Amino acid sequence: MGAQRKGAPRVSEDVELSRQNLQAILLADSFTTKFRPVTLERPKVLLPLVNVPMIDYTLAWLESAGVEEVFVFCCAHSKQVIEYLENSEWYSHPGFLVQTIESHNSISAGDALRFIYDQQTIHGDFVLVSGDTVSNMPLTDLIQEHRERKKKDDKAIMTMVIKQSKPSLLTHQSRLGTDELFMVVDPSTKQLLYYEDKTDQGKGTICIDKSLLMNNPSISLYNDRQDCYIDICSPEVLSLFQDNFDYQHLRRHFVKGVLVDDIMGYKIFTHEIHSSYAARIDNFRSYDTVSKDIIQRWTYPYVPDINFSGYRPIKLGRQGMYRASEAIQSRSAEVGPFTVIGYDSKIGSGAKILNSVIGDRCSIGSNVLIEGSYIWNNVTIEDGCEIRHAIICDGVIIRAGAVLQPGVVLSYKVVIGRNFVVPAYSKISLLQQPTEEDSDEELEYADNSSGTADISSGLTKLNIQTASEAAETDSWTTSELGPGGAGYIWEACEGAHDEEWKHSVAPIPKDKLAEITQATVDDEDMLAQDDGVLPPSGELKSDADSLADNEYSNDDYSIFEKEVEATFLRAVQENVRVEHVILEVNSLRLSFNMETADCTGAVFYSMLKTAMDMPHNAANELKRNAESVITRWKGLIGNYVKQIDEQIEVIMKFEEMCQESAKEFAPLFTQIMHFLYDNDVLEEDAILKWAEEKAGADESDKVFLKQADKFIQWLKEAEEEEDEDDD
Amino acid sequence: MPDIQSMVGEFLNMLKKRKIEGSQATARQTAELLRSVISQQRVPHTNQAGALIDAVKAVGEQLIAANPVELAVGNVVRRVLHIIREEDLSLTTAVMAGLDLLDVSDDEDDCKRSSHPAMSAAVVAAAARSTLRPPSLQTLLEGTPDSATVPYTSSSTGDSEGKSKSADKSSSTRKLKHDVIETVNQLISEIATCHEQIAEQAVEHIHQNEVILTLGSSRTVLEFLCAAKEKKRSFRVFVAEGAPRYQGHLLAKELIARGLQTTLIPDSAVFAMISRVNMVIIGAHAVMANGGVIAPVGVNMVALAAQKHAIPFVVLAGCHKLCPLYPHNPEVLLNELRSPSELLDFGEFSDCSTLLHVVNPTFDYVPPKLVSLFITDTGGHNPWYMYRLIADYYSADDLVV
Repeated sequence: MGAQRKGAPRVSEDVELSRQNLQAILLADSFTTKFRPVTLERPKVLLPLVNVPMIDYTLAWLESAGVEEVFVFCCAHSKQVIEYLENSEWYSHPGFLVQTIESHNSISAGDALRFIYDQQTIHGDFVLVSGDTVSNMPLTDLIQEHRERKKKDDKAIMTMVIKQSKPSLLTHQSRLGTDELFMVVDPSTKQLLYYEDKTDQGKGTICIDKSLLMNNPSISLYNDRQDCYIDICSPEVLSLFQDNFDYQHLRRHFVKGVLVDDIMGYKIFTHEIHSSYAARIDNFRSYDTVSKDIIQRWTYPYVPDINFSGYRPIKLGRQGMYRASEAIQSRSAEVGPFTVIGYDSKIGSGAKILNSVIGDRCSIGSNVLIEGSYIWNNVTIEDGCEIRHAIICDGVIIRAGAVLQPGVVLSYKVVIGRNFVVPAYSKISLLQQPTEEDSDEELEYADNSSGTADISSGLTKLNIQTASEAAETDSWTTSELGPGGAGYIWEACEGAHDEEWKHSVAPIPKDKLAEITQATVDDEDMLAQDDGVLPPSGELKSDADSLADNEYSNDDYSIFEKEVEATFLRAVQENVRVEHVILEVNSLRLSFNMETADCTGAVFYSMLKTAMDMPHNAANELKRNAESVITRWKGLIGNYVKQIDEQIEVIMKFEEMCQESAKEFAPLFTQIMHFLYDNDVLEEDAILKWAEEKAGADESDKVFLKQADKFIQWLKEAEEEEDEDDD
Repeated sequence: MPDIQSMVGEFLNMLKKRKIEGSQATARQTAELLRSVISQQRVPHTNQAGALIDAVKAVGEQLIAANPVELAVGNVVRRVLHIIREEDLSLTTAVMAGLDLLDVSDDEDDCKRSSHPAMSAAVVAAAARSTLRPPSLQTLLEGTPDSATVPYTSSSTGDSEGKSKSADKSSSTRKLKHDVIETVNQLISEIATCHEQIAEQAVEHIHQNEVILTLGSSRTVLEFLCAAKEKKRSFRVFVAEGAPRYQGHLLAKELIARGLQTTLIPDSAVFAMISRVNMVIIGAHAVMANGGVIAPVGVNMVALAAQKHAIPFVVLAGCHKLCPLYPHNPEVLLNELRSPSELLDFGEFSDCSTLLHVVNPTFDYVPPKLVSLFITDTGGHNPWYMYRLIADYYSADDLVV
């Protein structure tokens, strides 16, 4: 009986599980500012991607993948998103329920999920995507897989979709413009064990906890996978967000948090897709790449010539050329392959359009060159303009002869003046750049509430201004964008300036690539020089140990030297007694396991360093400084120069310093040596021995020997004299 | 009763997302949808045919636009329009013929039974048509009286019972609608049974110990071959795998399951193997009015190879695949380019995609001169005769929907 009773509810539960509506959460806000200034006026999900708003790609995919209920979470510009959805055909789709959730005070994905949790609308496994995802992957099998795993193991709360995509060797960037991603996955269970997308590229190293190796029989480390940001989640994910109120970012906080946390023991799994397409538009570069993929039909059936949303399909001609039937094109205009031309657009004579997308109702003058650019709707481009790798939003007017250099972004209704040259990577908007910058990039969030309200009023004001008093000093200076121009050039954010080329629509410029290539070559050289590089796996043999040891001690010595220097500096400043300093240095020697000769070198180095750090104008003053320090701390150095070897160490050290770290001492070499001799730090035997040793060295090494020639001669003579005297 | 608008919407959505594969399924569903459109359409007293035509056209336009590549949709829409016109014509001629007992004003449902064992409506229609339009080649050749021309509108399944019944009801205003629905039903069953109709003819074409070559997978071809096998013909089949979708593999599996000796070859080996082949049999995606064939990619190559070796190239096509349009018409979208991911993995080439262009067309166009014979459910036809056959199925008025 008991067994039966147990069995019965389980069956019904199973039935319930399978019958349950498949739900999806679509975040219609990326919570970043990468698409600024465009996103100040329109939410990112409504930006056209090959003439269709991004959100339509996501919804169409979800709909055909069998999702029955979608919650669209709107935050920034929520009104616009809701209005768009209401007018679209998504609300009227049978068997596909689209609901909007509006929130005004969510500033991150974490907040959004907490908000949704409070609404109690999700009751089962759900698909979590953002509204800028383009994909055609089937979901049913994946969800089945997730559910089965969940049934076996309660802790498997999330399945992440990944896809192969090699990052560039030079820039450590995927083709979507995101940073190189490192993942450790258990090859048999596909469990995700480690996730790192912010690697220190300078070093080219990542640190993996060694317990990963201990706890798993085998692991695979990937750096050629791309995170598609498509997750199948169990309801626990939402409650986890609720419990950890500081989780903001889905990956940086949530995924890493779950991976690190071993109390709850939740697990994340990965699912790799091969033949289907999935990508998220994260920045301008991915906007460019995904657009190209769509035009090349990787996203089939979500391609411009198929009417998958309410938009009119554009007929596909030869060589990937999509042209709307109503577009008017001059006979002499040249339209290259992989180009999309929208409805009612006009293209003038002699115009050349390559690899670009042109929206509806644009007018393009004669002899215009457009290459690799994205031109949205109602744009006017007058004769003779040159546009390369730019994004041009709705309603922009570009006056005759203007030139847009690669990477330019023109926001809504900007006017570029006649013959004006827009510098590369500049971003231009009618709205002023917000001045208050939050320190945290994630929290730096479109101040939508004020922004949206301002636009309408702002725009009318602008129109009036441009019409009536273009010459007068308006809110912007007319000179900024050429005669008759309208808009502000945004300053690149500090620090981000160098990175601008990484995320821009423009391909990475050649000189930049050359620069990076050079840098990596240098890096490799440097690594090769100080034999710090791990040898290629095959070579890890017995000599590896000695190599490592060598490097280790080298490293140790420099640390020891620093410690001694610090001790000495403190002694100078606080006027510590010599005996105490000796004690301290000795203890350092013990703790670092060093020879006394090492101490000699380090102490002497510190002394001269101190002398050099004292204010001085000429060589004379420097000499005086050095002399005073040596006189003051004769006792200290004296403690370490009891043997000839140690004295030679001092000379060698001094020579080394003169050559490398303290070149100022170079001309004073002999004089200071003489001084040291006078003060009994160095004995003549040591100096002569050094000279003997050096005599056999290379010419280049003999610089100081030659300088000290006279001194040595004198020493020798004195010795002979002494000898004679003795006789 | 389900809301017609939502039904249309759902079907449109499926067409748009390319979720229905295969012209037979598409044709059947289109016909069923149009049947419900017709049955739900309220008809005025006058110009009933006009109202129906408008309703069907309105839906048809949307359907065709949803997936212009699937020509079967347009074909069925045009067939239904033609049926409406024919039935309308037959009714009016019946009236014109002065069948005295007809009382047009009587719009009650209970009808007056005509005492005359009148000619069936279709016969009248055919007679009327023969006066309006030059007679079809079939009529001329067969030289039979008018009554023999009946089958080509209603096909061989046209049952006398339905006709006499409809003739009986000729007085009702709902008559037209009823007749149309009746004939559309016939069309649906015609589409559903076209495989068997075609397969019946298999023994006439496939002979003992022959070697048959086919490419890709087609249900019509499968049924055709199996029908010959069931008639105790022993023969061998070469299947070209049909890259990049490799549907030939599926066909080969099916054939083996039915006990046929099968050889699977890559597409590129077709020319090498063709000299051992006695006949090429291919399933078409659509047959154009000039006799040209739209078929899975690779078929043109097979046709050229067959021509080189003077091997008969036979195309099987159900009646719903006959398209009244000509391939040179710019409105006809002959091909669809599918995702390059069927050819190669995305990751492999992700870093050089700006220079790489992958083209993955679905169909080939085979010009009529390469085709030896068409086998439709009404029998075998020469490619040059197709336009005539098509003229029997569609009205000239509907070519542009």
